[in-house]
Amino acid sequence: MSFMKTLLAGSALTVLSSAAALADPALIFDLGGKFDKSFNEAAYVGAQRWVEETGGSYRELEMQSEAQREQALRRLAETGSNPIVMTGFAFGDVLTKVSPDYPDTKFVIIDMVVDAPNVQSVVFTEEQGSYLAGVMAAMSSDSGKAGFIGGMDIPLIHKFHCGFAQGFKATQPEGEVFLNFTGTTPAAWNDPVKGGELARAQISQGADVIYAAAGGTGIGVLQAAADEGVLSVGVDSNQNALHPGQVLTSMVKRVDNAVFDAFTAGADVEAGIKVMDLSAGGVDVAIDDSNAELVDAEMQAAIDEAKAGIASGEIEVHDYMTDNSCPAS
Amino acid sequence: MDKMPKWADVILTPLISLVLAMAISALVILAIGESPWEAMKTMVQGALGSSYGWGFTLYYATNFIFTGLAVMVAYHASLFNIGGEGQAAMGGLGVALALLYIPLPHWALALPVAMVGAAILGAAWAFIPAILQAKRGSHIVITTIMFNFIAAAALNYVLVRLLRPVGSMDPASARFPEATNLPSLSDAFASIGIEWGRNTPANVTFFIALLACLLVWLLIWRTRMGYEIRALGKSEPGAVYAGISPVRITVIAMLISGGLAGMMAINNVMGEAERLVLNAVEGAGFIGIAVALMGRNHPFGVLLAALLFGFLYQGGGELALWTSIPRELIIVIQALVILFTGALDNMVRMPLERLFLRLRRKEVAE
Repeated sequence: MSFMKTLLAGSALTVLSSAAALADPALIFDLGGKFDKSFNEAAYVGAQRWVEETGGSYRELEMQSEAQREQALRRLAETGSNPIVMTGFAFGDVLTKVSPDYPDTKFVIIDMVVDAPNVQSVVFTEEQGSYLAGVMAAMSSDSGKAGFIGGMDIPLIHKFHCGFAQGFKATQPEGEVFLNFTGTTPAAWNDPVKGGELARAQISQGADVIYAAAGGTGIGVLQAAADEGVLSVGVDSNQNALHPGQVLTSMVKRVDNAVFDAFTAGADVEAGIKVMDLSAGGVDVAIDDSNAELVDAEMQAAIDEAKAGIASGEIEVHDYMTDNSCPAS
Repeated sequence: MDKMPKWADVILTPLISLVLAMAISALVILAIGESPWEAMKTMVQGALGSSYGWGFTLYYATNFIFTGLAVMVAYHASLFNIGGEGQAAMGGLGVALALLYIPLPHWALALPVAMVGAAILGAAWAFIPAILQAKRGSHIVITTIMFNFIAAAALNYVLVRLLRPVGSMDPASARFPEATNLPSLSDAFASIGIEWGRNTPANVTFFIALLACLLVWLLIWRTRMGYEIRALGKSEPGAVYAGISPVRITVIAMLISGGLAGMMAINNVMGEAERLVLNAVEGAGFIGIAVALMGRNHPFGVLLAALLFGFLYQGGGELALWTSIPRELIIVIQALVILFTGALDNMVRMPLERLFLRLRRKEVAE
């Protein structure tokens, strides 16, 4: 009898847990891995915030190889995860292929547009946030020279660079923005030593503000800038507190909000393109206790003016992606 | 006289090494508080338990057969080609250029053209280190590994600046024309009415890989060229004395090696991705070294070792995807297998040899 009871209780539990699994969202991290101190980690933070606030649970997967992308998407869709959120443009091609096979599952892709009735594409206007960072950099630069250090030479990073250069030159038209990339393999996203070396090279050329858009490599850039006594600009997450008083600002990209919103909406997540721009709070320059003394009233006014200009369309920040060229470089 | 029978040399020794590697892996898994039994089950089931798993295992194995053969051919000429990674990447470029710029109406036509493209660029990438080694004595290990980085940089430039469709975020080429897509193994099975491995990347390239094994065997052991390659590998002065030109053979062996590595792109670029992505090779070039060493530089051994690594790759991927075992541990398991089957080979071989000798002596005594 008691055996029967345990058996029944057991099967009841299985039913319960499978019902719960049915509604669980899922998050797939790209090849960089979950704890990259940058993009993927921001997504992870958003998912964790959702767990804390709702007490829900979610499935997460980390990619190991290119061939696994499709496998992971199909498996999650088949086991009933909904919505399935994935970070990174590299999923775009696979998602185009997979999404029509699972019309009842919602997919959310970050940093890429996939046109399908059950896909939400979240894109950020990195050029706008970077523009603001460029304005701030130009106002605090004495030499009129700034540096930009990117991870790999890919379009996304050019988008950051182009926005930054436009903001810088809007304030200092005669100014100069140096551009360097860390490497040519994915290891470039996690090479703080080389990032530091590049920062020192740019400093020796006269740069006194350095913006890093290079994932984990940026930690080394910020460190080198702090060591050499020049300012730096962080990226993706708020990195102001890494070197208080020496990081001018951070261009925050709220990937966490995108993930949090998608998880909260659950299976009702809206398909279509979701633009996380400046006015939607998708990108911004972080100002907090760590950098308050670096931002004077004049600079704050310039930031506000630029923000208003972008919102009203008066200032049009060119997006590198539209024509693969940058007017400011 | 052979110390032990051939079967023991070829099958028993690697098998025991493998079991030892598995045992230590199990201890490691136990040490981080996971169940080794569950892990093993996930790996075997994920890689071999269904046609789905096999589809992935064979796909990875196909990659490793090509890079393994590449290392093997060079090794017979006593050249250690560790540039398979770069040669395969350039092979991918060859495939992409052939398929994007030559209009080909059918895959059966596209396949040989793409193979030529892949082999030419892969071989070209091996040619410069080869000529540097042959003429100037620049060590092939150094030059081939440096060429991996040059290949990565060149590919990055080509994909971002030249082949990427305007407006696309992804540093990847456009899709290849639909007509040139290779049939997957599941399509092939479906045409004879068997449902097998739906949505898996294994494709007809697998058969080309098998054919390549056979051709490489013929080349190395049944042709004059193969004899010259082996003669050079055994002793350069001996080869020179026999009238073999070391420069010529060095270059030819490396061209064949680079061409084979480049041909891997047929599988991953043409067969799987159907476009050229930045990170297409994913370390298969380096795994090829382990595959060749473990396969004792024989095509049949390479085939078996490639299957084993295909299993480890797919099983390991499943393990990381569906259990809480961190993905770094998969690398530990793979490294242990390489360590035991490659580096610590004699640890198993010598006791085995003694055992067989004793058995034989007993037989003679009786």
